[in-house]
Amino acid sequence: MIMPGDATQSCWSCGTMRAQHFCSACGKVQPAAPVDYFMFFGFPRKLNLDTAVLEREFYALSRRLHPDVFAQAASQEREWSLEQSSMLNDAYRTLKDPIKRTQYLLRLEGVELEEQSKRATEKARATGELKKQVVPPDLLEEVFELNLHLEELRMQKKTGEDDPALLEEIGKAKLSLEEKYDALFSELQDEWKKWDRAVDSGTEEEIRLIRDRMVDVLNRRNYIRNLVRDVNEALE
Amino acid sequence: MADNIVGIDLGTTNSLVAYMQGDSPAVIPGEDGLNLVPSVVALDEKNQVIVGNAARKFLIESADHAVYSVKRLMGRGVEDIQDELKLFPFRLADDLQAGEVLRIKVGERTYTPPEISALILRQLKRNAERFFGGAVTKAVITVPAYFNDAQRQATKDAGRIAGLDVLRLVNEPTAAALAYGLDKRQNGIVAVYDLGGGTFDISILKLHDGIFEVVATNGDTHLGGDDIDNLLITIALDDIHGDFGLDLRRNGEAVQQIRKAVIEAKIALSSQLSTKLDVELLAGKRYQREITRQMFEGLIQPVIDRTVGPTKQALKDAGLRPNQINEVVLVGGSTRIPRVRQLVQDLFERVPHTDLNPDEVVALGAAVQANILGGGSEATKEMLLLDVTPLSLGIEVAGGVTDKIILRNSTIPASATQYYTTQVDGQTSVAIHVLQGERELARDCRSLARFDLNAIPPMVAGMPRIEVKFLIDANGILHVSAREQRSGKEAEIDVQPSYGLTDEQVENMLLESFDFAEDDFRQRQVIEARREADTILAALAKGKKNPAWQELTVEERRNAETLEQTLIAAKDSEDYSAIRRAIDELNAGTMRLAELMMDTAVSAALKGKAMDQTDLEEGPAAGHPVAKAEFK
Repeated sequence: MIMPGDATQSCWSCGTMRAQHFCSACGKVQPAAPVDYFMFFGFPRKLNLDTAVLEREFYALSRRLHPDVFAQAASQEREWSLEQSSMLNDAYRTLKDPIKRTQYLLRLEGVELEEQSKRATEKARATGELKKQVVPPDLLEEVFELNLHLEELRMQKKTGEDDPALLEEIGKAKLSLEEKYDALFSELQDEWKKWDRAVDSGTEEEIRLIRDRMVDVLNRRNYIRNLVRDVNEALE
Repeated sequence: MADNIVGIDLGTTNSLVAYMQGDSPAVIPGEDGLNLVPSVVALDEKNQVIVGNAARKFLIESADHAVYSVKRLMGRGVEDIQDELKLFPFRLADDLQAGEVLRIKVGERTYTPPEISALILRQLKRNAERFFGGAVTKAVITVPAYFNDAQRQATKDAGRIAGLDVLRLVNEPTAAALAYGLDKRQNGIVAVYDLGGGTFDISILKLHDGIFEVVATNGDTHLGGDDIDNLLITIALDDIHGDFGLDLRRNGEAVQQIRKAVIEAKIALSSQLSTKLDVELLAGKRYQREITRQMFEGLIQPVIDRTVGPTKQALKDAGLRPNQINEVVLVGGSTRIPRVRQLVQDLFERVPHTDLNPDEVVALGAAVQANILGGGSEATKEMLLLDVTPLSLGIEVAGGVTDKIILRNSTIPASATQYYTTQVDGQTSVAIHVLQGERELARDCRSLARFDLNAIPPMVAGMPRIEVKFLIDANGILHVSAREQRSGKEAEIDVQPSYGLTDEQVENMLLESFDFAEDDFRQRQVIEARREADTILAALAKGKKNPAWQELTVEERRNAETLEQTLIAAKDSEDYSAIRRAIDELNAGTMRLAELMMDTAVSAALKGKAMDQTDLEEGPAAGHPVAKAEFK
């Protein structure tokens, strides 16, 4: 296990070599060390994470780091507790969500994830710029057809027409997209297993390939999510 | 005993102060013996500040000398409160500038909303000090969970102006959950539905071995019992206009009279199926109207339906279905309305928990949190509150879009780091606009603050790398710090809320309040001394009828009567020390009388007891010491 404390100095209070968030000898809170979220919890940089263990650790650290515990402490310790507990909360929030956890790890690995979020869409709308969108090749045909249907629906809405057959078509397409969306999550979980193995014993090339596949899964997943959102908006 | 840290519920309609009494929290009553201090502030004809129950009569007698529901104005600007101005008799200062902190006229004076809140807080502080017999300087104050940064900051400022060190702002529904959890000590998912006088909050918490983890919160800071009252007032005003041709909308006293009547009717309808609205108007005219619960429910439905959206959103954010909630706790006076209870029951598919006093539970929870912050006790040592930020925090980026950097329902403290650079060579300053809210466009979110990163070392465009750290503390208040990474220069930035007071203003208000406090203190001393004088004078009058009086020497009796006259004269002066001296002298001068009375009472009591034991027939009064004494 990686101990971030190993890399840092001694306890400010008693001078002993410091452990992670507290001095191992006197128990005093320490300033936040520049570690990543996995290291903060003392976890290896792996993606299959037992969220029950994570939650237990989160509660245990909260009991010791939260500012409430330091309400009567000196101002310097109060400040460190604030820094440490905000980092604890940020780390927990990121790691407990499987997608955020994957994105975070990829960012640690130097990957710049493509922005296909709602935010980017809204921004594109507001600024009139074209959003960078790459349609996954296996979806090209389906997306082309769906967009035609959606366009037709918008036209009908304007003229007040009602076409049950069209709505059914769109409904079917939406269902198919949602199935694909769920399937992508299983695909991602498969990659997690490979990643966790490769981290221990894989070659650099293997690691790079798994990383690229995860990026691809996440991008496709984002793309479908946005598409479903567009469908929902059109159906409203 | 360590410092007394109190818990304060600073409510729209009522405020309370509570403390931890051993293992359980208790409300500290006011001088009038009542737990609730109405959040009403008035100025009397001598410009003396009156707070609470005593201030209420001013609403009806001289409406422009009193103010209520000021919590609705906390942390808000003129342009935010146009709706409130239509419904509440707030009178803005005439010289108010755009962008300035609101100032409200009370009589001839003007106050900012934090100052008015501070007057209420000072009353609560005083109540607690009288109760403890010592100074109270530290407090936990509750705020609606859905309060934004500016509203929280304004509440903290109010505490400081009142001379309180605000150790923590706690969200009201969370405080209620603490009080509930202390009592129940069960793990599970709890929803707190809090509909108060002016605000609505819904919070969903996970209780796990003493950890109270808020998983989602939502609400509306302008929704509550006040809105229901206003509906009824509008109807009454319309009726009166139709029946008598009287337009009373501009008549502050009449509107307050109607308001008082509709509140009574509203309360009555929680236990009765029908009630009568009865208001005495000017010139002997009388407005009367029967209101049935059915009519009332139809009328308020649109108001209470506004709680549905936030409730559903909170459930969705928590990722929970209604039937996964183990208990629903009701908080706030408006949850006494049967229709509201029914709505909650329908929403959560279960009967809500109504054992807690909805008016007091928030203050009790604040006292629990105060105890935790004070180092805890046996009852609270395992308890820890993990709350969330109710609104997303964002910054404005190109195209007027909000870039959300800390999402709502993130556990606090929470932080986010952003990197900025320059657009032109040699640029030394970057402007940052901080927003709060869920909308995509910056103009639809609330502007929290604008600030500049200054003194960036001149470099080629795009070279500087400025790291800006946004941190929301455990109070839900934002702190921002910035550092240019290449030069390592640090620049601490204090976010000035768009409608906030500067530190200097708060400091000045605090100093002013000290002056007033000094006045108040003297005033209070005189009043208390007078009360004591009355007590001792009454005791003496009674003593003179006691046979013991005749046992005194003529000299002793004359001396006592002289001292009695001195006190009667001193009592009506404003001179505290003169009253005090006269009390002490009379006390000393009647010492022997008191002793003699005591002796008679004791001997009579012993005699009574002896007679009881010997079972002598001495009439029905036999066992009563005083009655016996009179037989002698």
